[in-house]
Amino acid sequence: MTTATQAPLIPNFDGDETDRKIAFICSKGNLDMAYPALVLANAALGEGIETHLFFTFWGFDMITKSRMHDLKFSPVGNTAMHMPVGDIRIPQALAPLPGMQPMATKMIKDQIAALGVPEVPEFLDQIVASGGHLWACRMSADMNKLVEEDLYDGVEAIINASDFIEMTDGAQLLFI
Amino acid sequence: MPATTINGREIHVDDEGFLTEFAEWDEDLAKVLAANISVDLSDEHWAAIKFARADYKAQGETPTIRRMSSVGGVDIKKMFQLFPKKPAKKMSYIAGVPKPQGCV
Repeated sequence: MTTATQAPLIPNFDGDETDRKIAFICSKGNLDMAYPALVLANAALGEGIETHLFFTFWGFDMITKSRMHDLKFSPVGNTAMHMPVGDIRIPQALAPLPGMQPMATKMIKDQIAALGVPEVPEFLDQIVASGGHLWACRMSADMNKLVEEDLYDGVEAIINASDFIEMTDGAQLLFI
Repeated sequence: MPATTINGREIHVDDEGFLTEFAEWDEDLAKVLAANISVDLSDEHWAAIKFARADYKAQGETPTIRRMSSVGGVDIKKMFQLFPKKPAKKMSYIAGVPKPQGCV
């Protein structure tokens, strides 16, 4: 049984004028830990939300030109790492063996690609094209002896901690 | 399932107002849907809408923004220009397909 309404039912896109603002602190350089912020930032942008990503410490690898194409995934210390089929866990004693990291990295990359989700550099392209803002951490740049030329072109600037805190006034924050 | 009257016809929609019956859509209806959300349809809009419908028909799933760009050839910046702020949802609404299910 359907109920006909008088006025046309129109989706509410009024959130268009949202002042919601969200910022992600990306502190990890492992392949698997690069994705959560990228996926969520991309989703936030698709909702018209002002979105910032701040790369710090190990997360710096995500935006360092010479490293961003080659992030790794390691099963070491990850008890949720299973065999490709079934619920069989990979024993932690085997996780550090030679060959395990490349194998696990390839496996996770294939799974991500199968979903049509891009690799990290291309994902950053998408986020920048969608209007997202990328920032690099001053202390991390100094520790790694990196300058803006070493970083992914979409990074707007290297900023310090106070700049970031100031910039994210009123924003929702996620530390990853 | 609610129904609503658009352009003098009864149209089946979900609770938010997205069309639920693929076949109830036509181009005249799309023009009304676009006007409802203040989108002025250009040829580029039509190209995006037609790809979205064809892809939904073929895949059973609405293309995400990423797929619109990688398969549909409508680049991401363009999507945000055509359907400001909420490109995937606005495009889906006008194209008469559900909101995309995929995360990326």
